[in-house]
Amino acid sequence: MRQAAKSRLLAAAAGAVATTILATASVPAHAQAKEQFFPVLSYRTGAYAPNGVPFANGYVDYLKLVNARDGGIGGVKITFEECETGYATDRGVECYERLKGKGPTGATLFHTLSTGITFAVTDKTFADKIPIVTAGYGRADSVDGTVFGWNFPLGGTYWDAADMLVQHIGKKEGGVDKLKGKKIALVYHDSPYGKEPIALLQERAKMHGYELLLLPVTHPGVEQKATWLQVRQQRPDYVFLWGWGVMNSTAIKEAVATGYPREKMYGVWWSGAEQDVTPAGDGAKGYSSLVFQAPSGQGQVHRDMIKHVYDKGQGTGKKEEIGEVLYNRGLTAAMMSVEAVKRAQIKYGKKPLKGEEVRWGLENLAIDDASIKKLGFDGFMTPVSTSCANHSGDPTAGIHTWDGKKWIIEKGTRLSADQQIIRPMIRASAEKYAAEKKITRRDCAKEQ
Amino acid sequence: MFYRENGQFKTTYAADQQMLPILQDRVFMAAVLVIAFVAVPLLANDYLFLSLLIPFLILTLAAIGLNLLVGYCGQISIGHAAFMAVGAYAAYNIALRIPQLNFLVVLVLAGLIAAAVGMLFGIPSLRIKGLYLAVATLAAQFFMDWVFARVKWFTDYAGSGSVSTAAIEMFGWKVDTPTEKYVFLLAILTVFTIVAKNLVRGHIGRAWMAMRDMDVAAEVIGIRPVYAKLSAFAVSSFYVGVAGALWGFMHLGSWEPLAFNLTLSLNLLFMIIIGGMGSLLGSYFGAAFIVVLPILLNQIPTLMGMPLTTAMISHLELMIFGALIVFFLIVEPHGLARLWAVGKEKLRLWPFPH
Repeated sequence: MRQAAKSRLLAAAAGAVATTILATASVPAHAQAKEQFFPVLSYRTGAYAPNGVPFANGYVDYLKLVNARDGGIGGVKITFEECETGYATDRGVECYERLKGKGPTGATLFHTLSTGITFAVTDKTFADKIPIVTAGYGRADSVDGTVFGWNFPLGGTYWDAADMLVQHIGKKEGGVDKLKGKKIALVYHDSPYGKEPIALLQERAKMHGYELLLLPVTHPGVEQKATWLQVRQQRPDYVFLWGWGVMNSTAIKEAVATGYPREKMYGVWWSGAEQDVTPAGDGAKGYSSLVFQAPSGQGQVHRDMIKHVYDKGQGTGKKEEIGEVLYNRGLTAAMMSVEAVKRAQIKYGKKPLKGEEVRWGLENLAIDDASIKKLGFDGFMTPVSTSCANHSGDPTAGIHTWDGKKWIIEKGTRLSADQQIIRPMIRASAEKYAAEKKITRRDCAKEQ
Repeated sequence: MFYRENGQFKTTYAADQQMLPILQDRVFMAAVLVIAFVAVPLLANDYLFLSLLIPFLILTLAAIGLNLLVGYCGQISIGHAAFMAVGAYAAYNIALRIPQLNFLVVLVLAGLIAAAVGMLFGIPSLRIKGLYLAVATLAAQFFMDWVFARVKWFTDYAGSGSVSTAAIEMFGWKVDTPTEKYVFLLAILTVFTIVAKNLVRGHIGRAWMAMRDMDVAAEVIGIRPVYAKLSAFAVSSFYVGVAGALWGFMHLGSWEPLAFNLTLSLNLLFMIIIGGMGSLLGSYFGAAFIVVLPILLNQIPTLMGMPLTTAMISHLELMIFGALIVFFLIVEPHGLARLWAVGKEKLRLWPFPH
């Protein structure tokens, strides 16, 4: 008798699974609605959730704002769907596959939000013809749009970031040639993200004769005792922090415990949010990081956000969190995506656009100071202009320092990477990729 | 009634020894193969192929490999993702350095290299047993993680340590669409399953099982533990190595050492525990359970139109998935394959149960 009940229960379970498989298999028929579909890969769970949540909130909020304030992009409503990646590459790829075909014209563009996922989906974009925007992350060599036709590292890559940091400390020492004989330690997340800057730092080390210490930290980065023991032994002159999520705050806490001066620590732009320093309390005082386009604070766009979205109860996150570093970065990422669609609409008309058409918009982005002001991002970002061959624009970044309560931007410091060094590296790396994958370079002159 | 071997007389040894001795089984298996090879490619869409079916097929192969070692030979390993990594990186390097080589040859070579490494890490099994061996195999996991993250040669000096593969071409056939990949993987899995089935019912498999059930008794009846245990490690690592190479080339396309971390090892182990130890069919069930179920659970709320946040859905996914593992292990500790066997037994007796 018990056996019978058991098998009935199991049959029911099997039935439920079968139904779901069928439901998943059947592609929902989309009416040709006047909608532009934005897939949102986010991570609101897992070890990196504290950083993933504000970014996703900012991104989604901006899409909501465009719908509420402007009635969509050129009259075309924005629709979106979130998919949780948990910062895991396999789930990210699954999300990409799940969302790429949705909406009347398929996915507009993807923000992969992880260097690992970027690497994994880059190969797929050639067949799918959907742009991948990696604002401030992703593959450094994908700046070369003639090989990486679908990747857009807008706002800068890790090679840019590493170059800026070397220049910055060079300036502090009184010239980059003074770095000779110094020791620079790179404390990095042991993943494609953290390893990206190594190539450039080695190149620079050859030029200036500093010693580079590579100190990897394994995911998720809560265990760093061994790493900081090495810092204590080797006494590097500077520490570059290439961390993400809980790794950042742990690193700063360990620096306090080791007695390493925080003034000598510089983080990449992903290691400089409120979440990274507040857990270390007062100890984080003096720690600096790069900050590229969106420092914390509020401007016109945030006031619009409160008026059109939050006051109507449509906000994704908490009202107090508007204006945090990562929230603003999500906001900027969404804004650049929307601007790309707007740009493409000029060429292709005010209708839902395919990924391929959006790519044209991304390659012809021209966000100048006037339009930044118009969009309400005054003071939050620098102009971006891209081309078919240059997919990142010419990035600049500043430095901000934590004073114990808030991030203070260093006035007058505007860093830009030395493209004389980076360009040949990009070219060589892209060449290697093209040879491996048997890709023929696009001819940009013909396409415009 | 439906499933009875009455009246099927075996008149030759060959007939008696065939893999599926009962007619109904043969018909059923033929139907499954027709569905898998013909109906599924016609009906499924790209999403199903890329996100569910292809990972399912590859991890089934890996689960079969692990099952040969753990389920049949009784040697616990929690480092099998390391052998997958060996297979993947071996295939990557062979394909990179000898580009004109046929992909099938690359796969076999990758499998052989994984088998060699597997035997090396299997040597401790000659002296230690059970949980102690499990801990020793963990060494393989950490060692391989370290090797592929630190020794640059294996990743062809890639800046970020992430390698990526070129398109696969063999006999002038470019395997690039999801359907082609699926058919190719299914063919490989079919061949490997048939080989595994024949291995485990032949003298090698019997030696493994004797070793598993009682090693002292096995030695007394003339089975040499060195051969039995190391051959299990070799065959198991070969399977897992091939699966690793396929995982890299067919599923990921580009990967970092993190893709073969301890979590994957544990997942493989869960697959065979939930699916059924010492059962090839169980490897299939287990892989389906671990690979497909979480993704389905993640989509159910959206499909049913429930207004939940993605974070909520992800938490629910983990909770329900965990609850289901506990549920199935309580209902049938011998795995899903045992449930299948119980079902078959019932069909045999129907409509007159005892």
